[in-house]
Amino acid sequence: MVALSDEEVQHVARLARVALSTSERDQLRGQLSDILAYAEQVGEVAAEDVPPTSHPYPLVNVDRADDPRPSLDREAVLSQAPRAEQQRFRVPRILGEAPDGEEA
Amino acid sequence: MASSDPTRLDAASLLAAYADGRQTAEAATRAHLARIDATDGALGAFLRVTGEDALAHAVDIDRRREEGRPLGPLAGVPLALKDILATRGTPTTCGSRMLEGWTPPYDATVVERLRAADAIVLGKTNMDEFAMGSSTENSAFGPTRNPWGLDLVPGGSSGGSAAAVGAFQATLGIGTDTGGSIRQPAAFCGIVGMKPTYGLVSRYGLVAFGSSLDQVGPLARTVGDAARLYEAIAGHDPRDATSIHEAPPTVADRLDRGVAGLRVGVVRSFLDGDGVDAGVRARCAEAIERFEALGAEVVDVALPHADRALPAYYLIAPSEASSNLSRFDGVRYGLRVDGPTAEEMMARTRAEGFGPEVKRRIMIGTYALSAGYYDAYYLQAQKVRTLVQRDLATAYADCDVLVSPATPSTAFGIGDKVDDPLAMYLNDVFAVPSNLAGTPALSLPVGHDADGLPVGLQIMAPHLGEPVLFQAAAALEADMGFEAAPAAVDAAVAAS
Amino acid sequence: MTTIPDDVTTRYEAVIGLEVHVELATATKMFCACATEFGGEPNSRTCPVCLGLPGSLPVPNRAAIEAAVRLGLALDCDVAPSSRFHRKNYFYPDMPKNYQISQYDVPICSDGRLEVDVDGEPTTVGITRVHMEEDTGKSLHVGGTGRIAGSDHSLIDYNRAGIPLLEIVSEPDIRSAAQARAYLAELRAIVLALGISDAKLEEGSMRCDANVSLRPRDTQAYGTRVEIKNMNSLRSLQRAVDYEIRRHTERLEAGDPVVQETRHWDEDAGATSTLRAKEEVFDYRYFPDPDLVPVEPDAARIEELRVGLPELPAAQRRRLVDDLGIEAEQARTLVGSGLASVLDDASAAGADAPTAAKWLANEITSWCHDQGIEPADAPIEGSALAELLAMVEEGTLSTKLARAALDGVLAGEGSPREVAQARGLEQVSDEGELERLVDEAIASQPEAAEKVRGGNDKAIGALVGAVMKASQGQANPQRVNELLRDRLAN
Repeated sequence: MVALSDEEVQHVARLARVALSTSERDQLRGQLSDILAYAEQVGEVAAEDVPPTSHPYPLVNVDRADDPRPSLDREAVLSQAPRAEQQRFRVPRILGEAPDGEEA
Repeated sequence: MASSDPTRLDAASLLAAYADGRQTAEAATRAHLARIDATDGALGAFLRVTGEDALAHAVDIDRRREEGRPLGPLAGVPLALKDILATRGTPTTCGSRMLEGWTPPYDATVVERLRAADAIVLGKTNMDEFAMGSSTENSAFGPTRNPWGLDLVPGGSSGGSAAAVGAFQATLGIGTDTGGSIRQPAAFCGIVGMKPTYGLVSRYGLVAFGSSLDQVGPLARTVGDAARLYEAIAGHDPRDATSIHEAPPTVADRLDRGVAGLRVGVVRSFLDGDGVDAGVRARCAEAIERFEALGAEVVDVALPHADRALPAYYLIAPSEASSNLSRFDGVRYGLRVDGPTAEEMMARTRAEGFGPEVKRRIMIGTYALSAGYYDAYYLQAQKVRTLVQRDLATAYADCDVLVSPATPSTAFGIGDKVDDPLAMYLNDVFAVPSNLAGTPALSLPVGHDADGLPVGLQIMAPHLGEPVLFQAAAALEADMGFEAAPAAVDAAVAAS
Repeated sequence: MTTIPDDVTTRYEAVIGLEVHVELATATKMFCACATEFGGEPNSRTCPVCLGLPGSLPVPNRAAIEAAVRLGLALDCDVAPSSRFHRKNYFYPDMPKNYQISQYDVPICSDGRLEVDVDGEPTTVGITRVHMEEDTGKSLHVGGTGRIAGSDHSLIDYNRAGIPLLEIVSEPDIRSAAQARAYLAELRAIVLALGISDAKLEEGSMRCDANVSLRPRDTQAYGTRVEIKNMNSLRSLQRAVDYEIRRHTERLEAGDPVVQETRHWDEDAGATSTLRAKEEVFDYRYFPDPDLVPVEPDAARIEELRVGLPELPAAQRRRLVDDLGIEAEQARTLVGSGLASVLDDASAAGADAPTAAKWLANEITSWCHDQGIEPADAPIEGSALAELLAMVEEGTLSTKLARAALDGVLAGEGSPREVAQARGLEQVSDEGELERLVDEAIASQPEAAEKVRGGNDKAIGALVGAVMKASQGQANPQRVNELLRDRLAN
C-alpha cells in the first residue's frame, strides 16, 4: 500500500517542473496514493520471464533518407514565442547548468 | 423517409444527394452551421467554428462538381474535428489554457487527408484537456453536454466530436482514442465510434498523450459512415515512424456480408462484471443473441489478465504523458507565466497552464518513471501489457471478433465523478485492452437503458482486423436498426 | 599549485575514462529534414520536429545510423542486432521537448577497443559504447560575463537542436594525461578518416569530457571520481587532466578527501573549478521512446559497411612508415591531421614520398596554422605538390623559391608552374645568360678566380654568390657551379 509523503510529492513536482500550492500538494498526496495503490495491482501478476512491450505493433528499421527539406519561416516560428529578442527565444536567467554542463 | 434537412442525413445519403443534384455542399454546410449556431450554446461541443473556411471549401466543391473535376471521397460532408489535431493557421488548444494563443504552422497528416478527401471541417471540438478524461469535464473551456440529456456528460475525451455528431451538428466526427476516448463517448452519445489498429492512422500532428496508445478514429451515426471516414484517414505516413507501411485494409466491401460463419467471442468477465449496469448488460446480451440468430457462432472467452489492463494503462499512459507534456514550458509557444528564473517561469507556467487532471497524470507518470520505481511500476506495467496482448492473441486464434459492453454504465451526470479520479478511470475498463494491444475496436449503439440512454456494444478484432470488425458491426446494425433520436436531442436543446 | 616530487606521484595511479561527443556531418538533422549547415540566421533551421512543436514526431536519419555503425566497426565494436532509442527527461530551455532522444540500455555499438601509443608504448583502451543522440540548442547568456552564472537572461537559438551526435564512451583504461590526449587524437583521426564529422574541438563539433580518479598504485578499487568539462583542444585536455591528477595527489597526500563533482576547465587560468556538486543527481526517467522503433541493421548491410570502411589511421601510419619510408613521427602528424591522402596523391603523381611528407608536415601544416584552418582543409592537391617537387628536382626552382611558389598555390593563384611563371620565380637556366653572369663574376673578382684556379675549391663560393646576387637568386646554383668550374679549369 502506497502512502506518499509530502516530501515525495514535492520531489516529484520538482522533477515534473510544476509549482504546487500547499493545498494542491495535500490533495494530490491522497489522490496519488489511491491511484498508485490501484495501479500496484500490476505487481500482483508474476511476470519475471515476460518481456515488456513498449510498442503495440511490431515494426523495425523505420528511417528516412538524408535529404534536406525547407525549414519553417523564421518569423512564423518566432511570432509564437511568448518572448523573443534578437531572433531568439528569450527566457529569464537560467539558474542551473544543463546536465551536460555545456555553456553554449 | 429521407428528410430534406441535410443535417439529418448520414454521409452516404448526403453524398448521394450531392451526386444527383438534390443537395449542394454549400447548402448542407450552411444548414450545419445554422444548427451549430442554434444548439451549441446549450451543447458546448465546439471550441471554435471555422464557418468561413467551411463555406469557402463547400462552394469550391460545388464548383468543381459542376465542372466535372475530380472530388475526394467525402466531398462536401461536414465534419467536426477534435481540437487535438494541429491545423495550420487555426488555433489548436487541446482543451488547455497551456496552448491558448498557439496557432500551428502545420497541418496534421489526418487533417491533410481530410482535406484531400474534401470533407468540410466545420470547426474544432471540445475535449478533456490533452485527452485526459472520460467526461469532457476536464476542458479548460467548460464542459460539453450530452445531446441525450444536457445534465449528462457526453463521455470523453472526444466528447465534443461525439456530441456534435450525436446532435446532428456534424455528419462525421474525428476523435482520438488512447484508452477508450472514442468508444466511450460514442456509447454515451448513441453513435458509432471506432479505434483503428495502432499505426494505421498517422499520429503526425496529433498532440501526443500516450504515444504508444493514441490512435485517431472516426465517429459517425452509421457503421457505413464510420467505415468511409476510416478509409479516408488510414494510410502510411513517412512522418510517423510507427506508421504501418502496408496499405490499410479496406472495409467497404465487407459491410453487407453478414456474420454467418463468424466466431464471436464474448468476454464473459466483462459482460458479467460487478460494475456493469443492468441496462447495459441486458442490451449487450440481446445484441449477442442477435449475432447468434444471424448465423454467427457465439462462444465465451476468458482474458485472464484483463483485470490488470486498467492498472497497467494508468501507469503507461501517464508515464508517456509526463514526458510528452514536458515540452509545454512557456519558452517557445503558448502560455507563459513569468518568474525570476527560467526554472521558476517553467514551474509557474505549468502550474497555471495545466488543469488538475493533467497535473495528476503528470505526477503519476513522473513518479512511475523515477529512479527506484521504474521496475515496479512502468516496467511491470509493460509486462502486463505483454500478457494482455497474449490473452487477446489466444482469443483471436479461436474467434474472429470479441464482444463486450463498451462501458460499464450509460452517460452519467455532470459533476458526478469529478472528485473521484478512480471512479472516473473505471469508465475505460473494457476499452483499454485494445489500446494496450494496439488492436482495433468499435462501439456500436444497441439500444437504450431504462432511462432511455444509449448503450454501446464493443466489438474488438485482431491487428488489421478492420474488415471483420466492420463486417460484424454492419450486420448487427442492419439487424437491430438503432436510430439516433433527433427528437430527444432537440427537446433537450429546446428545454435548456 | 606546487610541484609534487616524482616519488609522490608514482605512489598513485590515475584512472581516466573519456566521453566524447561528435557532431555528425550529415546533410539533415537526426530526426527531421532541417539542414545542418553551420551558420545561418538564428532559428532559421527549425521545423515542427526540432522545435518540439505539439504533435510533431521524429523519424531517424539513415545516414546518421550508418555513421554510427561505421564508427563502431572502425572501433572494433559489436553492432547490436537490435538497439533502440530512449527518452532522457530533464527540463532545460535549450532542449525543445525537455527530453533528449538518446540511446540507453542498448546502444547501437558496444565493446570495442582503440590502440593508442605514447612514446612507443602501446595501450589498448576499451570502448564501452557508441550511441546516437540529438544535440540541444545554443544559449546566449546576456549580461554579466557571458557565462551562465551572473547573467541577466538568456536567448536561445534552436538551429543546433536536433543535430545528430555520436557519444563514444571509453572504459577507464587510460592512465595518464598524455594517453588521454593520444586517445582523443586517435579517435579524431578515425572520425576524420571516416568522413563522418569535421571533428573540430575548437568549434565544438567534437567535445570531450574526462572522468579522472586516483588510487594507490597496485590497488584495484577506484578512487573518488571527478568529471572535467570544457576542454576545447587536445592540449587543453592534456593540461586539464594533468592539473586534476596533481590536484588529487595533493589532496590525497594531505589526507583530504577528493569530492565527487563536475569541474570546469579554465584554459586561461590553467585550472579547474567546481561546476556542479554531486548532490544534484539528475533523475532522467529514461524509458523507450514510443515514437521510434528498434534499429536492426541486417548482417549483410553491416558487412557492406565494414567492407566499405576506408583505411584507418593505424593501418595508414603503418603503410606510410613501412611502404613509403616516412618517419614515424611525421606519419603520425600527417595521418592525425588528415594530410595522408594528399601524400598518397602526391606519391601517386610521382613525388618522392619522404620529401612530400616533409613539405606537408612542415610548410603546408604551418601555413594552415598561420591561416587558422585545419590542415585537412589545406587547399592543395597531391598532384600540385608533386608538380612543385618535380620543379625543384629538375632545377627550375630552388627550395627557397619553391616555398614562395607554394604560398601562391595555397593562396589559390594556380598550379605551381603557373605561380612560378606569374611571380617570376623560375631559375635562370638560359645557358647564354648564365655564361654572361659567370664571366662577369670572374671579371669582378679576379682574386677569387685565381684561388680557384690554384686549387682552392672553397673560393668558388664567393663567385657563385656573386652570380646568384646578380641574378637575384634565380640562377640555378648547380649549373652556375658547373660553368665556373669549366671556365676556371686548368
